[in-house]
Parts: sequence; C-alpha cells; structure tokens
Amino acid sequence: MSDRDPVASAVDPKLSRDSRHPRDPEQRHDEVEAGTTTGLAAPDVDQTDGSQTSLWGDAWRELRRRPFFWIGGVLALVFLTMAVFPALFAGGADPRACSLSNSNLPPSAEHLFGYDQQGCDYRATVVYGARNSLLIGFTAVVGVLAVGVVIGAVAGYFGGWVDSLLARIADVFYALPLILGALVLLRVGPEMRVFGQPIPIISERGPGAIAIALTIFGWMTAMRLVRSQVIAIKSSDYVAAARALGAGSFRILTRHILPNAVAPVLVYATITVGALIAAEAALTYLGVGLQQPAFSWGLQISAGQNLLRTAPHLVLIPSAVLSLTVMGFIMMGDALRDALDPRQRS
Amino acid sequence: MGLPAVVVTHGAVRLFPSADHPAGARPEERPVGRYVARRLLLTIPVLIGASFLIFAMVYALPGDPIRALAGDRPLPASVQAALTAEFNLDDPLLVQYAKYVGGLLQGDFGTDFRGRPVLDTISQRLPVTVTLTAVAIFFEILIGITAGVLAGLRRGSFFDNLVLVSTTLVVSIPVLVLGFVSQYVLGVRLGWFPVAGITQGLYSYLLPGFILAATSLAYVTRLTRTSLADSLRADYVRTARAKGLAPRTVVVRHTLRNSLIPVVTFIGADIGGLLGGAIITEAVFNIPGLGRAVFDAVSQQEGAVVVGIITLMVFFFIFFNLVVDVLYAVLDPRIRYE
Repeated sequence: MSDRDPVASAVDPKLSRDSRHPRDPEQRHDEVEAGTTTGLAAPDVDQTDGSQTSLWGDAWRELRRRPFFWIGGVLALVFLTMAVFPALFAGGADPRACSLSNSNLPPSAEHLFGYDQQGCDYRATVVYGARNSLLIGFTAVVGVLAVGVVIGAVAGYFGGWVDSLLARIADVFYALPLILGALVLLRVGPEMRVFGQPIPIISERGPGAIAIALTIFGWMTAMRLVRSQVIAIKSSDYVAAARALGAGSFRILTRHILPNAVAPVLVYATITVGALIAAEAALTYLGVGLQQPAFSWGLQISAGQNLLRTAPHLVLIPSAVLSLTVMGFIMMGDALRDALDPRQRS
Repeated sequence: MGLPAVVVTHGAVRLFPSADHPAGARPEERPVGRYVARRLLLTIPVLIGASFLIFAMVYALPGDPIRALAGDRPLPASVQAALTAEFNLDDPLLVQYAKYVGGLLQGDFGTDFRGRPVLDTISQRLPVTVTLTAVAIFFEILIGITAGVLAGLRRGSFFDNLVLVSTTLVVSIPVLVLGFVSQYVLGVRLGWFPVAGITQGLYSYLLPGFILAATSLAYVTRLTRTSLADSLRADYVRTARAKGLAPRTVVVRHTLRNSLIPVVTFIGADIGGLLGGAIITEAVFNIPGLGRAVFDAVSQQEGAVVVGIITLMVFFFIFFNLVVDVLYAVLDPRIRYE
C-alpha cells in the first residue's frame, strides 16, 4: 500500500524538498561509504565527522515533519494513559456505581457521554474499556511477533524442505480468515478438555484467551515478512564474514541477520496493534470475546445495538473511541513506514 | 513495478511495450497447463490442512451432542447408539475426518444434528453472500478505480490529497464501526437505506455491500493511484506523447492497460477473501449469508455446518488466488511460469 516509491520522490518536486545540495557533507559521506568517485567527495573526508547519521536518526528527522505521525502518536499516548490510569479520564465517576433511574440518559453537560442501560456513567464505562483493548492489542502483537519471527527466521535461514514445510503451514492458516478462526477457537476452546483438564488460559475467556486466539490465526504475515527479510540479508557479505569467523547459525541469526530486519517488523507491529484491537472488538461484539461484566468497547457496542434508535450514543461513543485508538496506531505505523524506508528519501 | 527500458525481439531493440508493438511477440510457448496443474496440486494440502484444523477444533468439543439433541427426556439407548454411529461420533479423530473428506469428495457435506443436509444450508445462503460480494466488488471497481485514476493523473492536487487522507481514515476505522455508523446515519436517521435485512431486494444490499467493500476500496484506490503514477513516468508513455498522441489516448490506451494489471489481480483475490470474510458485516446488517450461517452454527455447536461452510470458504479463497496468479501471468507477458 506504499504510495511512494524511489522514482516518485525523485521526480515529484514536492517530495524532494529535502534533496541535498551536492556539497552537503552527508552526501560526501555517503559517497565515501559507497566507494563512489564522482569527484564530489574529497579523498580526505573524515568519515566520522559530525554529519554521520544512522537509519534511525534519518527516520526521526523524517518523522518529525509528518502530521500523521504526531496525530497518531498523540492518540496512542492518550489511550495508553487512559488504559493505565483510567480514573484520570473518568471525571470522578465510578463505572460500577449505577442507578437504574439514569438508564439511557443522553449526554449532558455534567455527564459528557450520558448513561448506559443500567444507568452507569457512560464516560467512566468507556474510559475503563481502554485497558482491555490495549492489553489485548499489545499482548497479541507480542505473540504474533514471537511466533512469526521465530518461524520466519527458521524458514528463511535454513531454506530447503524446512522452508517449504513452514510455508505450507503458513498457507493453511492464511486461508482461514482471522475472525473466523478465532471465532471457532474462542467458542470451542473454553469447553475443550485435554486429558480431562480445561486448557489453562483459553478456558478463562479473558484477555489472555483472545490474545492467544489472535496469535494463532494472525502470525502468518509477520512470518512472511521476517522470512523474506532473512532471505534477503543472509546472502550479504557480513553474514558470510561472520560465518567465516566461525559463528554458529543461532549467533548469525540473532546477532547479524535479525537486527537488520527490525525496521520493517517494527512498522508491521505498530499497524498490527491497531488491527488487533479492532479484531478484539469484533470478536467481543460477536459474543466470543470478553464477557460481562468486563469493560470492553466491543461489549458496549453489542449491548447498544438494540437501542440504536432510542439511545444511539450507546453505540456511537464506544465506536468513536475504538476508531480513534485503532487510527492512532495505524497512522503512526504508516508514517513510520514511509520514514524508515531509505529508498523513499532523495 | 520496474519496467525494462527496452526489449529485444527478433534482433530488433525497441521501446517496450506499447499498443502498437505489444509484447505479444512471444518467443516461446509457455507451459500454462503444467503451471496450473502444479498450483492445483499445491492447493490440496492447504485445503486439507485448513479444513482439518477446523474439524479438529470442533471434534474436541466435549459432551454428547446426540444427548443434547434430546433435551430433558433421555433417548432410548438403541436410538442413541444408532445416531452416534450415523454421525461417526465414536471414531477417532482421523477416522472421522477421513470419512468426512470421503463424503465431501462425493459432494456430500453431511447433515446437521437435526438431519438437515448441510448442502441445503449452503445452497440457501450462498446466493446471499455472492450477491453481497458482487455489490462490494462493483463498488471497488466503480469508485476505487475512478478515484485512483483521477488522483493518479493529478498527483499533489487537492483531490489527490483528499484521496490520501480519506483512504487512511477508512482503513483505520474498524468495519464494525463503519457498519454501525452508516446504519445509524443512512438507515435510521436519513432513512435512505433499509436498516437491516434483505427484504427490499438488491437495494438492501447496497449499504452492506459498500461497507464490506470499504477497506478494499481504499486499497484499490491507493493501488490504482500509485500504479498509474508509476506508469505515467515510463519511457513508453513519453514516447507515446512524443509521437503526438492525444493525451487521452496516451492515458487510456497506453497507461491504463498496464497500470490496471495489479489492480485487477488485487480485486480478483479480494473476491475470494470477501466470500469468506463477511461475518461482521452480515451480523451488523442482519444479512442471512454464509458468514451469518457459520456464526449461528458455531453458537449452536453444529460441527458439520461449521466445517462444511468454512471448507467452502477456504476453497473460494484458494481458488480465486489461483485464478489471479494465472491471470497475472496472462495479463503481464513478462511474467514467466516456472
């Protein structure tokens, strides 16, 4: 979905506003580094002069100029704070202190989000929902990365039949839509017995179960990403050098190959947090995710569905908050991707 | 999409490709049949693996569905034994699965616990899902390609920026939310569309179809825009301009043809995805399609229905991906089968 490419930034004058002057020390440095001799680089250039920048330094300077990064970052930060310290945002209301006489009251000046059907302050209820969403989003993304990176690295590094086998397994999971697979697992899982015992986390129907379900049916893209990165990197000279020095496969993978695959994985992870939060809401809405009395935007949307005509705020408010959260991570990841891709800079 | 600058055909170097000199001068016959056959063989383990995965999960359910069927009054032991045997419930997992696949190969999807053939459910629900998918794909083509072309032709314009921002927004909003908000605003408040159900024929598919299409619509728009902008910078386009063709001809005959190849293949693959991924949309708009059926079956623990429909969905997904791969190679002669 990348809408920019190297040619674009070279041709489009708007994109190349930061094109460097040929005498720019950074370019001199680049040319020395690349071993080019266009004559622009003096032979006595000190490679370690102050202008030397890393990929991350460049990326940061690029990111600072992108409004999407700031919007996304601020949104993510706000909701992270909300997840950790919900009381700060609840306006002093207790989400468990409800009075049926307030049932379904629309938003007012004192109670910005109104009340839900049980007469609970909706602002407090919605604010307390952030914790579960973000908890599941982050746990699931860690799971997805753990599985995806390990399998992808092994497949890409060893190649051959190992790669074929792992790629086929990924194909199998890929053919099952995420929501569908997780739906079946979360419905069936809590009742499964292994040797007569319920499965530990799955049977609790809590955030952990959802994170596991999302991991099981969501690791494939991370795996393919890491696999292709590893294949691209493993034939480079410094990997050959490490091998010549006697480094083992594990050391080569963890010290030389994987660190160079961090950038695309980080981008993928940021966007995926958003996608997984949306998936959690969908599963909870379908009734297989978090259960009452947990605070969850999916539950609130689902409960409000039948009252859409009389009390639309019950659906619209958690929907808006959920969207803003997802949007925060996706915007940030989008900006990060553009910034971390060195080919997109002139 | 790195285009080679020149191509050598029969000893002559010329700019590549154009409508006048299409790359159709194919030097060798390509083994399409063998490629398709190999791809088909590769899909079999995937199909088996995916359906087995679902089958195993449903199989692991504890309890006795036959006894549950009878409710409070216990069934006579003989009836229970007969039913258990009919549904192969006493066999080990692999045997059950083998019997199931054996049935599938003969077009038998089995029956649910009430004795209704799963194929009946499928043939009743499939047309609904196909209609919904068709509406969604229609929107993707109509709006996605149009907006993408307009944005790609005028990069940096106001419209282009509008497209960039709005596609980012659409991708960021969960389908669940898009569904409810549009249902509330366009259905409940404005009354332009039916709020839910499919009682008003094709008209009631418009809004759900659009919501189902939304995410892909954004991708199609972006893809068209990028691809077109890339093609517009290609050498053959400069040549076409240089030889004095009207701008319209350059865009329509020389640029669009090439730049729409990835878009066509994306849409093709999306058909396979949408046929299996409409659970949320169907739940929000209460549309009795396959997604709804599989959701109901999961809730009622109707294993045969769950496995049957999901296997069908996986088949669609794999099939359309295969079609797209072949289509890609047909549309883009530079791609060689191996």
